[in-house]
Amino acid sequence: MTVLSLIVFLPLLAAVALVAVPRLGDGAARWVWVAVAAVDLLLVAAVWLVYEPPGPGRLAFEERVPWIPGVDSSYHVGVDGLSLPLMAMTTVVFLACAVFALRDEDRPRTRAALFLFLQSVSLGLFAAADLILFFLFFDLSIVGMYFVIAGWGHGDRGRSAMKFFLYTFLGSLALLAGFIGLYVAAEPHTFDMVELARQTPLDGSPTAGGLVLAAILLGLAVKTPTVPFHTWLPPAHTDAPAVGSAVLAGVLLKMGTYGFVRIAMPMLPEAWRAWAWVVVVVGVVSVVYGALVALAQTDLKRMIAYTSVNHMGYVVLAVGAAGIVAEGSEQARSVAVTGAVTQMVSHGIVTAALFLMAGVVWDRAGTYNLGSFGGLAGTAPRLATLFAVGAFASLGLPGLSGFIAEFQIFAGSIAVAPVTAVALVGILITAALFLRALQRLFTGPTRGASRGFGDLRPAELWAVAPLLALSLLIGVLPRPLLGVVEPAAEVVVQLVGR
Amino acid sequence: MAMRPALLLPEIVLFLGALAALLGGSFLPRTRQWVTRVVAAAALVLAAAMAAVALAGPTAVAMEGSFTVDPTTGVARLVATLGALVVLALAADEIDGSPRESETYALLLLSTTGTLVLAGADDLLVVAVGFLLTSVPLYGLIGITGTAVAAEAAMKTYLLGALFGILLLAGVTLLYGVSGTTSYAGLADPLAAAPRAVVAAGVVGILGGLLFKAGGVPAHFWVPDAAQGAGGAVAAFLTTVPKIGAVLAAYRLVAALPDTLAWPLLVAVLAVASMTVGNLAAYTQTDPRRLLGWSTVSQVGYLLVPVTVAGRSDLALPSLLLYLAGYTVTNLAAFAVTTAFPRRRELSAYRGVGRRYPWLAAALVVALLGLVGTPPTAVFVGKLTTTAAAWDAGDAWLAVLVLLNTLASLFYYLRWIAPLYARPTAEHPEDGDPPAPWSRWTAVATANLSVLVGVAAGVLWAVATA
Repeated sequence: MTVLSLIVFLPLLAAVALVAVPRLGDGAARWVWVAVAAVDLLLVAAVWLVYEPPGPGRLAFEERVPWIPGVDSSYHVGVDGLSLPLMAMTTVVFLACAVFALRDEDRPRTRAALFLFLQSVSLGLFAAADLILFFLFFDLSIVGMYFVIAGWGHGDRGRSAMKFFLYTFLGSLALLAGFIGLYVAAEPHTFDMVELARQTPLDGSPTAGGLVLAAILLGLAVKTPTVPFHTWLPPAHTDAPAVGSAVLAGVLLKMGTYGFVRIAMPMLPEAWRAWAWVVVVVGVVSVVYGALVALAQTDLKRMIAYTSVNHMGYVVLAVGAAGIVAEGSEQARSVAVTGAVTQMVSHGIVTAALFLMAGVVWDRAGTYNLGSFGGLAGTAPRLATLFAVGAFASLGLPGLSGFIAEFQIFAGSIAVAPVTAVALVGILITAALFLRALQRLFTGPTRGASRGFGDLRPAELWAVAPLLALSLLIGVLPRPLLGVVEPAAEVVVQLVGR
Repeated sequence: MAMRPALLLPEIVLFLGALAALLGGSFLPRTRQWVTRVVAAAALVLAAAMAAVALAGPTAVAMEGSFTVDPTTGVARLVATLGALVVLALAADEIDGSPRESETYALLLLSTTGTLVLAGADDLLVVAVGFLLTSVPLYGLIGITGTAVAAEAAMKTYLLGALFGILLLAGVTLLYGVSGTTSYAGLADPLAAAPRAVVAAGVVGILGGLLFKAGGVPAHFWVPDAAQGAGGAVAAFLTTVPKIGAVLAAYRLVAALPDTLAWPLLVAVLAVASMTVGNLAAYTQTDPRRLLGWSTVSQVGYLLVPVTVAGRSDLALPSLLLYLAGYTVTNLAAFAVTTAFPRRRELSAYRGVGRRYPWLAAALVVALLGLVGTPPTAVFVGKLTTTAAAWDAGDAWLAVLVLLNTLASLFYYLRWIAPLYARPTAEHPEDGDPPAPWSRWTAVATANLSVLVGVAAGVLWAVATA
């Protein structure tokens, strides 16, 4: 039992304890959730402090226990520069959600247990170094989120939850098909990620490699989501509770993008290079389409949801560009991949903050309609300030984390494939839609639902403000993060270039 | 070649246990019939213990080579006896003090014995015997409650069983006619030289009989009716335990066939038909037990996948055994929830169960998501390994169809999960009828077990490949 397993399973143990000890009061359950999330964050921070880049083809804090030796699948976990930042981001987002939920009254014990379960699942996925283990956590994240939406959502939650489950489950099965394809192609057969990345079993068989990559890409594209597989996302977000949305957009979407850099690129380099342009096009379309549709929304939460499609599009664009191999382009491609990973972290914390604030709006007014508000800055100055910071972080203002990410993505991608500059339009549109939302919500005379609107309470403030502070910190001092990500990005680029 | 009846001790113990339950029941008053349940349970536990001991020993053949005691038989014995034991626990709620209590236990044990005979059969005639020993008690079990629906289900099962039983016997006759032997060991060479049409007809006939027992397409029509019409414990039994013997018998049969026939394609077609038909028919069901009945039809399809690739992938047999074990425990968990609430015969009647009985609802969720194949449950590991076996043998298309059908099945399982956590309504108040105690804890235990078997799959795999 190393520290990594402890980080992964501590929330799960706490969840089981919460379920099994019914005498625990609601208040105690809420604080247990906060305490466990805080401990987990401290553990990840400790790992971060002693972390040393493990080098190509290796993992730090590695642990391996046989699970199904017959198919060479094991409980194999470890971290490197791709997974550690995402694990850190995950623990931060979950702690913010735990703090935010300190005031919630709706079956808090069960919900705390469910979110702790989700935290274990998310951390496990980022730590997994075995395809079946990865799939296990991938699937369980869907199950957990289904119950969050169906149990604590609002509106037409049953239907949205069902759609979410069926659609993302389709993606997970496509992923599994791809995994089995990799397993069968490997010699000796194995599900171990490190071993598969070393073997690259489908190099030299373009048809089979293309089909397996297609299955894996389909699975990841549904989860990310990219256009045209994003249609499950808006209803799921609209009807999910605030903390559910924060986790869904902040953490669960990253499982898709993480799969690109962790599985698709290192294990299927030849197929990835062959289909890189398709990935780039899908990324560009997601960026532009997501931004345009977000611009058209009148519903605050749907708007934030569609900006997720746009932001994830940047990541897809970058990893696609990383597969366009030309002489002397390693530097640019690794900048793109670094940007992609940074974007995953940045989007996680910023969008979680935005969704939590959307939850505050729903809590006070019972509506997400932008037209019902006006002049909120007068009644809720703290919310207005934080929302403005969140919006600027999301649209990529320098000095905040989004800028660091998007600058690197475009610097790397445009150097490799100048045509990707088309996606810059997405930044422009995003800026426009956030400014317009700020204007409609906060400026002007106080009217409609803004009257008597209570400002942020301490729990809400302490959930949202640290997330944005972290975004600012990354924006001003990106080195600690980039120092971890860059070596891993270089490894990924090397692997794709093989 | 010798008889060596000692190798068949588990089967003999079960048979004697059935007789003891039957005789004991006729001397006990109605209120003391539970004693026969204890007798039956003791017989099952003893048989399981003997099976475990035999599993540690070497592979051997009994009855002059017509019955094999190998790890496959050993796992089947363990899974079938423990499965029947779970059914007895469910019966403790449902048929305690009912007019036909001891007879039910006797028939359950006889049918389980037949399943074990099928699982180890290495001879066509033994397959025929096992088929009859499994089926005939089932007809009685299905109709034993005496209600109109039960009588109809029993009739339907009997007619189909008679038809497919005759087909099976005709198939045995044909294969014997062209090969001069019924023993698998000597079957392959003469069959390779025999007229292919005759061999094909014989194999189709035998597979038809086994498919009836397993409840697969095209011999599946009795399954949903029996699952709905029979008592809960019996329904749990008939959708679970007989499949173990039937599928393994099919595996041993096709593994003994020569390559002159395209039997893999035939089995693959039957597998796809079963999983697809079962799924599509389950969509519109509103009675939970009937839904589970159709769901088991689709599960047979998945179970036939490793049979399709028998001998072409090293993963085939261990994955089949793993799937059988996982399926048994998971399906029993789902049925245990229905016997905990015998009066809730509509999916909508499960409204609010999750708020009032969280453990029971969680057990149902684990069981249903387990049947879908959600990790880390046992059925997931089974599905994963059978799919990998199909792909490994070059049938990637079959693997893809399994995954597509898995997706399709999620929908109707979710239709049952959704009401669990819905808010209670006036029509379905939160304090509906309370769950029956035995079934309740059996459901929780088996649901836990289904996760444990998945997590400890490596151990089981080692046993199956010993």
